[in-house]
Amino acid sequence: MSVEGMPQGQDSDVLVRVKNLKMHFPVTEGALIPQVVGHVKAVDGVSFDIKKGETLGLVGESGCGKTTTGRCILQLEKPTSGDIEYDSVNLGNLNRVGMLPMRQRIQVIFQDPYSSLNPRMKIGEIISEPMHVHNIEPDQQTRDKRVLELLSVCGLNAKFVDRYPHEMSGGQRQRVGIARALAVRPEFIICDEAVSALDVSIQAQVINLLEDLRDEFNLTYLFIAHDLSVVRHLCHRVAVMYLGKMVELADCDELYDNPMHPYTKALLSAVPIPDPTIEHKRKHQVVKGEIPSPINPPSGCVFHPRCISAVDGCSKAIPEFREVKPGHWVACSEV
Amino acid sequence: MAKLLEVEDLQTQFFTSAGVVKAVDGITYDVEEGETVAVVGESGCGKSVSALSILRLIPDPPGRVVGGHIKFMGQDLATLSDEDMRTVRGRQIAMVFQEPMTSLNPVLTIGLQITETLQQHLNLNKEEANARAVELLGKVGISDPDRRLKQYPHHLSGGMRQRVMIALALSCNPKLIIADEPTTALDVTIQAQILELMKDLTRELDVALIVITHNLGVVARYADRVNVMYAGRIIESGTAEDVYHYPRHPYTLALLRSVPRMDQPRKAKLDPVQGQPPDLTKLDKGCAFRPRCNFAIDKCTSNGPVLETIEKGHTVACWQHEKLLNALETA
Repeated sequence: MSVEGMPQGQDSDVLVRVKNLKMHFPVTEGALIPQVVGHVKAVDGVSFDIKKGETLGLVGESGCGKTTTGRCILQLEKPTSGDIEYDSVNLGNLNRVGMLPMRQRIQVIFQDPYSSLNPRMKIGEIISEPMHVHNIEPDQQTRDKRVLELLSVCGLNAKFVDRYPHEMSGGQRQRVGIARALAVRPEFIICDEAVSALDVSIQAQVINLLEDLRDEFNLTYLFIAHDLSVVRHLCHRVAVMYLGKMVELADCDELYDNPMHPYTKALLSAVPIPDPTIEHKRKHQVVKGEIPSPINPPSGCVFHPRCISAVDGCSKAIPEFREVKPGHWVACSEV
Repeated sequence: MAKLLEVEDLQTQFFTSAGVVKAVDGITYDVEEGETVAVVGESGCGKSVSALSILRLIPDPPGRVVGGHIKFMGQDLATLSDEDMRTVRGRQIAMVFQEPMTSLNPVLTIGLQITETLQQHLNLNKEEANARAVELLGKVGISDPDRRLKQYPHHLSGGMRQRVMIALALSCNPKLIIADEPTTALDVTIQAQILELMKDLTRELDVALIVITHNLGVVARYADRVNVMYAGRIIESGTAEDVYHYPRHPYTLALLRSVPRMDQPRKAKLDPVQGQPPDLTKLDKGCAFRPRCNFAIDKCTSNGPVLETIEKGHTVACWQHEKLLNALETA
């Protein structure tokens, strides 16, 4: 597939550009002499742009490849093919040393606030470590001052500096994860299910914090999540993935008001609304069946076995990801 | 309708080195035959512990039910011997757990796990149990049930395993199913399938259901009545319509306002509850929510509000519920 006809904007305002990204993990059999018997096509030809200052939501169910896409951008995985450009630099061409200054500009917040903090480090050490790695604030005193600043920016009391992660609640730990990401003054943060593990009231606090930080530090986010109402609240544009493919991409309001792909429609219909009167009136379109294995994805359109609008051709031809309206991209031949 | 389950002043405490944790601190509610009651609240509010207490599944030590009564079909469960309790558990009250990965035995086939229950509780022989197992798997929407019976849990996806759990729960025609976060670990489209299935089956078989969840949308879609819990107590209870449209407890209101909703215009800012939930070892006489509450007055510190009925079927534990109503009406 050529890059033309892909949802790519003007170069000047693009911060991240993902071109035809593929990440296939080999599946091996045999203990002594492992042989490759297939590939898990975790990400299979995904292209998108993220503009400066934009929050792009990436949604989909487990195994759709949204986290792998994020990991490829971070160069935590070596993509099978495709390019990732950050500020016009192709990250795939950089070696470890060349990547280091990029890592300062790109940070990540993980889902699980329990496993993403080292249990044997104090909060102060956790937040100052990235500054040490990137040689920011080499002076001990100014670094300590900045740790306190970051704690306060993230709504944490200064007394936490000398505490350990186990002394904190999930919401507080997630704030530490955010403070750690901010420590190196990044431009771009990948939030991988950053609020999914939190309770409703704490989740709302952290969402507000992420919004405030975006405005204050002019951050760009890739917000990976499965909660469609949170994504709607936070994002400017939303991309929907299914089984390693991108099925729809549009401005947030356009996607939620006018979803076009049958999968997007089904996803939106599956989200219950916290209002019994509305829920009892609403028609629910329940998708049948399970998500197929990404080792043997269905032929043609990967969604066709579960799709209510599928026609004969859907099992044969791979639908083209095309722009049906300005800024609204859909991969469905029936739209 | 007849009362199936009556929980009265249930208190469950955990005796830990950090002190006594009052996980459930005097809750009272009942479940009528065939109805769906939701228990909502955030982590640590005691919703799961209250359910496990009903089935006497609290690990002792450190936990113990220290007070209250649980009556099931008029019978006090606390007076039953362990042996008798075992016939209630699974046979009359079944449970569906959150984590379908860990609640099935990984080294036994699906078939064995279902037929074991059937043979234990219903005295079926092997052939009868097998036939019933096939029927049950078909009922919960598992295709090719004969083949599935011979498979192990790791052959199945999360959604499939949860269907097996539901089949297990239904296997002995229970009167009541307690589902503890039954869809939290599942994807949205699979969650919709499972909830739809549970709703249809409980209606069809006239089984009462207690759903424990933190998802306010799930409650709105499926529950007849709602109990909202905070720090081990029920702070508001009523029909789903009453609680969602006319919340009378500041915590219920705050919960409802802190979630972004897809049916409403996007807000610039969410309206979260400030602060953290309280430490359950350090609860005092006052209302546990008062440090986070916008409506708190001095009285809230000195003595905790008790559940009072404000209209038929709608109870709330808040001194300020009139004030809240006025504030909502003027807003």
